[in-house]
Amino acid sequence: MSSVHTVVGLAVAASCCSPLSSVAADEADPAVQLQQLKDQVAELRQGYELRLQALERRIAELQTAAAKPPATVTPAAAPVAEPSPPPVAATPAAESPPMPVAAAPAGGSASAFNPAISLILAGTYANLSRDPATYRLQGFIPSGGEVGPGSRGFNVGESELGISAAIDPMFSGRLTAALASDNSLSVEEGWFEGQGLLAGATIRAGRFLSSIGYLNDHHAHTWDFVDAPLAYQAFFGGPIKTDGLQLRWLAPTDRYFELGAEVGSGTSFPGSDGGRNGIGSTALFAHIGDDLGTDASWRLGASFQHYRANDRPFDDMNAAGTTVSNAFSGTSRTWGLDAIYKWAPGGNARSRSLTIQGEYFRRSESGTVNYDLQARAGGPASGSYASTQSGWYLQAVYQFVPRWRLGVRYDRLDSGTPEIGLVSDGTLAPADFSILQPARPSRGTVMLDWSPSEFSRLRLQLAADRSRSTETDRQIFLQYIMSLGAHGAHQF
Amino acid sequence: MTLHFRFLLLAALAAASLQARADLNVVACEPEWASLATELGGDKLKVTSTTTALQDPHHIEARPSLIARMRGADLLVCTGMELEVGWLPVLLQQSANPKLAPGAPGNFEAGRFIVPLDVPARLDRSDGDVHAAGNPHIQLDPRNILKVAAALSARLAQIDAANASLYQDRFRAFSGRWGEAMRKWEQQAQPLRGLPVVARHKNMNYLWSWLGVREVATLEPKPGVEPNGGQLSQLKAQLAVQPARMVVRGAYEDPRASRWLSEQAGIPDVVLPFTVGGNDKATDLFGLFDSTLSLLLAAAK
Repeated sequence: MSSVHTVVGLAVAASCCSPLSSVAADEADPAVQLQQLKDQVAELRQGYELRLQALERRIAELQTAAAKPPATVTPAAAPVAEPSPPPVAATPAAESPPMPVAAAPAGGSASAFNPAISLILAGTYANLSRDPATYRLQGFIPSGGEVGPGSRGFNVGESELGISAAIDPMFSGRLTAALASDNSLSVEEGWFEGQGLLAGATIRAGRFLSSIGYLNDHHAHTWDFVDAPLAYQAFFGGPIKTDGLQLRWLAPTDRYFELGAEVGSGTSFPGSDGGRNGIGSTALFAHIGDDLGTDASWRLGASFQHYRANDRPFDDMNAAGTTVSNAFSGTSRTWGLDAIYKWAPGGNARSRSLTIQGEYFRRSESGTVNYDLQARAGGPASGSYASTQSGWYLQAVYQFVPRWRLGVRYDRLDSGTPEIGLVSDGTLAPADFSILQPARPSRGTVMLDWSPSEFSRLRLQLAADRSRSTETDRQIFLQYIMSLGAHGAHQF
Repeated sequence: MTLHFRFLLLAALAAASLQARADLNVVACEPEWASLATELGGDKLKVTSTTTALQDPHHIEARPSLIARMRGADLLVCTGMELEVGWLPVLLQQSANPKLAPGAPGNFEAGRFIVPLDVPARLDRSDGDVHAAGNPHIQLDPRNILKVAAALSARLAQIDAANASLYQDRFRAFSGRWGEAMRKWEQQAQPLRGLPVVARHKNMNYLWSWLGVREVATLEPKPGVEPNGGQLSQLKAQLAVQPARMVVRGAYEDPRASRWLSEQAGIPDVVLPFTVGGNDKATDLFGLFDSTLSLLLAAAK
């Protein structure tokens, strides 16, 4: 900091001496004197500029030095005995402030360009009063996806490995690999996205979590409960992952308004692999949101999805108790509405906050059902199929002190009564489609979680699950979620 | 006729409102930078802050309203140094505004223009909320404000070249006033030199290093980690041997632990505004430092 003293010293010296010398030089013409004074002021000013620029360079150098590892620690707790230097800007400031010099990135090694790596470790201990092997969502064609409470006892959940980075000035990318407890590795997400082609627009391609609904594009480790809402399990078999393209556009309005569209292969539930060229699924979504004062904010969303299923298989049991293999072909359309409201006193969610969130889905499927494809029970037979089914959940999570949250959730599904051609024409009895017997599954859930830091969370969850229509499964879960490495920002 | 008239009136109003719009739309991450931008840009800028003085800048929800605000911004003024790492990347990604992309002229990080304190010698999460680039709470050293002001003024001139001379003039006027105010504050603060204090979080270090105040302990055992009962009792025992004159926290911070220690150790619980808007007097950057010093001086008496 000695250069600061020098500069100020010089400035003071200059401002003291120069006027005197000018007086001595020429006393004759006031105009000449004035001109000389003007020149001197200009000269002084130029001098300051140079000195300030030198100072700024020195600051930049110091910054670069400080940014280099191993860093120089400035012990701020130690008493700073040295009086702080007089402020630089007490002088009339520079005409043009020097261009800032950014701190240089650390090192020139290739590893400086390595992508950010994050790892999520998760696991549960489950105590279930009913055998999870008998789990079914009564009234709904099984999705074959992530459905049910999982297995009893200790379970290592999916460990999620995320790798992300900017690719070039236009694109960035992300891969999320899931290491499941059965030692299998799967690609949860693998996409790149581009921005800047059109103001407010983002295009994403690859495998990604669809942006329909609210919860779907939130990673499982950010969920407020151990498991997905029943509606997600019944209609999508867990969060929908689209292999395809997504385009989203944020409107240039004061209020948040976003529109998006997705096209995909549609090979996973509720679609199926039809071996066709072109588009198997389409989705549209819109989001609108805003603040309510400083304490609260909200977002509303609406979505629509269209899938084509081609011999989408499901197993069922007929009236005689024989397991039969059936398949559905046709179209599947799902409408959804979602809403979230977040409140925190003064917008400071660290000490206390409340989140209320709900979603509603309504799915219509129509086409044909092929019964008993393997001819075990007098089949195969084929007939029309049409159903309209709905489901919703509502949840509230309250953080009552820092680190502690309490949550409640209620799930409800309504299977409706499907119109099955083979039943209405008398070929088969309703009991031959036992899984499609109408029902209204429901579930009540309570959870308490504790997060020692934003990188770790421990959770206790209790649930009364009436998915099987008659029996209640009493569930107790203990869960851990640990986050290692780079920790991405959380979306709303 | 009336319909036409109404239409014309509406059109005129719309045109007027368009014309009345400020030239540059500036979004600041913290109130101190909003205040600084206003000092430097005056009515050439429309300035808003995404956070208030009563919010913890580490923990902000990436709210839809903030995404919408980023969408139309010409310049983003943030601290950087990973202070906003928990929410700003989502806002930038979702608002898809190429002007604000990291590295673009519209993305201004104040932390790049100051000399950082507390740069960790090792990076390990077992040390709590540490930031690789150093302590990001840089605004409480007025010398930092001046450095950031010089850089921000240059950035404004770069983005809005038509008004470059205006920004230069305003910077000159501001730095003159700021320099005078700093001399006044430094004189006022003489009695604070060497004063032992306890802070809640490591967020006052730039203030202490400017004033020569000695921080003997923090309530948080590690940055960002809430103290538990045992740790507070230990701190109380430590203060019996090595007394401190006050326990200091920012307006946005939870009061419970500070109040407890204040009662137990018989020292005042001082709530500093921390940033612009943190109390009634901190209405701008000058008020922020006026109020901070008068609160510290009153408690040190």
